[in-house]
Amino acid sequence: MERCIYLILLPLGGAFIIAALNAVVKSAKLRNIISDILANLVTLAAAGIALASFGIKGSYSVGAWPPPFGINLVADGFSTLMLATVNTIAFCATLYSVNYMDQYTSKRHYYSLFLLMLAGMNGVLLSGDFFNMFVFIEIASISSYALVGFGTEAEELEASFKYMVMGGIASAFMLLAVAMLYSSFGVLNMADIARAIAVSPRATTLKFPLFLFIIAFAIKGAIIPFHAWLPDAHPSAPAPVSAMLSGVLIKTLGIYAMTRIIMNIFAADVTGLAPLGIISIIIGMPLALGQTDIKRLLAYSSISQVGYIVLGLGLGTPLGIFGALFHLINHSIFKSLLFLNSGAVAYRLGTRELNDMGGLNKVMPITGGTSFIASLSIAGIPPFNGFFSKLIIILACVKAGHTGFALWAVAGSILTLSSFMKVQKLAFFGEIAEQHKKIKEAPLLMSVSVVILAVLCIASSFLLLPGLRNITLQPAVDALLAGAEYAKIIK
Amino acid sequence: MTENNSVSGGMSELVKTVCVAVEEFIFVFGCYLVIYGHLSPGGGFAGGVILAAVFILIMLAFGKERILKIMPRKRAAFIESLGALLFLAVAWAELYISGIFFRNFIPSSAAGHFKLMSGGTILIYNIAIALKVMAGLFLVFFVLSITRVILEGDKLKMVKKQ
Repeated sequence: MERCIYLILLPLGGAFIIAALNAVVKSAKLRNIISDILANLVTLAAAGIALASFGIKGSYSVGAWPPPFGINLVADGFSTLMLATVNTIAFCATLYSVNYMDQYTSKRHYYSLFLLMLAGMNGVLLSGDFFNMFVFIEIASISSYALVGFGTEAEELEASFKYMVMGGIASAFMLLAVAMLYSSFGVLNMADIARAIAVSPRATTLKFPLFLFIIAFAIKGAIIPFHAWLPDAHPSAPAPVSAMLSGVLIKTLGIYAMTRIIMNIFAADVTGLAPLGIISIIIGMPLALGQTDIKRLLAYSSISQVGYIVLGLGLGTPLGIFGALFHLINHSIFKSLLFLNSGAVAYRLGTRELNDMGGLNKVMPITGGTSFIASLSIAGIPPFNGFFSKLIIILACVKAGHTGFALWAVAGSILTLSSFMKVQKLAFFGEIAEQHKKIKEAPLLMSVSVVILAVLCIASSFLLLPGLRNITLQPAVDALLAGAEYAKIIK
Repeated sequence: MTENNSVSGGMSELVKTVCVAVEEFIFVFGCYLVIYGHLSPGGGFAGGVILAAVFILIMLAFGKERILKIMPRKRAAFIESLGALLFLAVAWAELYISGIFFRNFIPSSAAGHFKLMSGGTILIYNIAIALKVMAGLFLVFFVLSITRVILEGDKLKMVKKQ
């Protein structure tokens, strides 16, 4: 458990050291190189620690203050699974940033904000106390507002402002709910509140905070009808940031926090979430299909893929939760890969418009190939990871007796296939335009990063094998199904 | 800074004189709140805000050229990061010295060093917070006052004020 502290410490320290570089290092070029190396080392170390932390179950009292008084950090199967996902994607994104962020000024500030966002997300995943969780959510959100507007063009600032307003509303709702819980229980520790709720479920005083929490996290997780900020914010951000936002941020601040609070603290019924998931799937996908801006299409498709995760969780059955968590990991991998690919295309072509592309497979084979793998994964074609997770969710729907849900999920999957075939046809296949014949493959580190993610797209299918499943996914499912037993981790 | 009141810019002579008269007292009061805050009301944030108010006061009274001589923007940005790093460094040091993150390793009662009442490492944390808040608040004010958003064609653009 001690080593989990470093998941928050390292990114925080890295962020401020990079921010302080300007006084120590005079040459701007050297500063960029140092911040490149430092940021990559930090995320690499964090990914290593996170991957090594599977199986950890325990709590850590910061400052040796016992839980009701002090802050405590908690890790269980669900948090370690999320930590591994978040930090792996973060490493790929920083590796990609080394080349990609050269087109922006002040790379140093970018890394600083990026690492702050990572520290915030790791903090959310580890915190065992409501107010602490709120603070970490704010750290991650505020850095992401700044990162969305990083290009400081008009549309980016507008998207960032919209995101900030919506995010601010969500945070206000969460703070209100935390205040209500504090006034009824007098503690902020999640485990203590879970114990108190289990002993005396005062239904009337608990329903409203629960409702506020669900709305707050539905906004952060961009579940329809709370999604309005996402289609603007995700395309406007620099590609590695879009990959982080769509890949892991909406899942950490939205899905993780929501599930943890509903299932482990309130031990409430989750079945109300399944219709929300279905709405996200069937509204999100046609919206994605209609886009011609590649990053906007990906952003809308994120909404509908998050719908699958919510649908699986909303079934409340072990198989449904298993499918949802598996899809969560898979979606992080292939959606970050797709966003990084779209960034590589925009880096070389200078446009995100699908109609201006075509035939890029001939000049950018690595980008084209990895994007083909990611498209097949997201569309659910075997043997890629997306197939298995969607299959499990659909099977779980049928087994739980919701055949209607299953049909809608299948329909959503077909629309996903068609929208990604559209991306492939318009961008990577077909005739290449004359002015694009001379462009080169994306720079080395960008290609390395997308290849790593493409390999993960196939490799993560093996998480279904019993040996791996029992280390990674199964503890997470058990942690969620245990309900208020969560409180027992904290002594 | 009493020797040179006649720089151009800023407010009237009256304001400048009063500013010169009170700024040291405000600064000392801010330091007092930071240093004594671990035992009594006050602390890093409150003290830091008052310290930032000194710089803001000078900027309002004497104009931005004067304040940039005392506290250039880069130095303020560095102090801000330094505050955060100091905070983190102390927490990290506690992890190595006492084995637990954020555990106070300086004796905090009157039985400790020199029989002083002390909050232990809380004092260092307060100083770190004060540095961060002071520089951060000053930078926010400074950036808000030197930049503005203009409409260029149909696009908004942030420029430096002339």
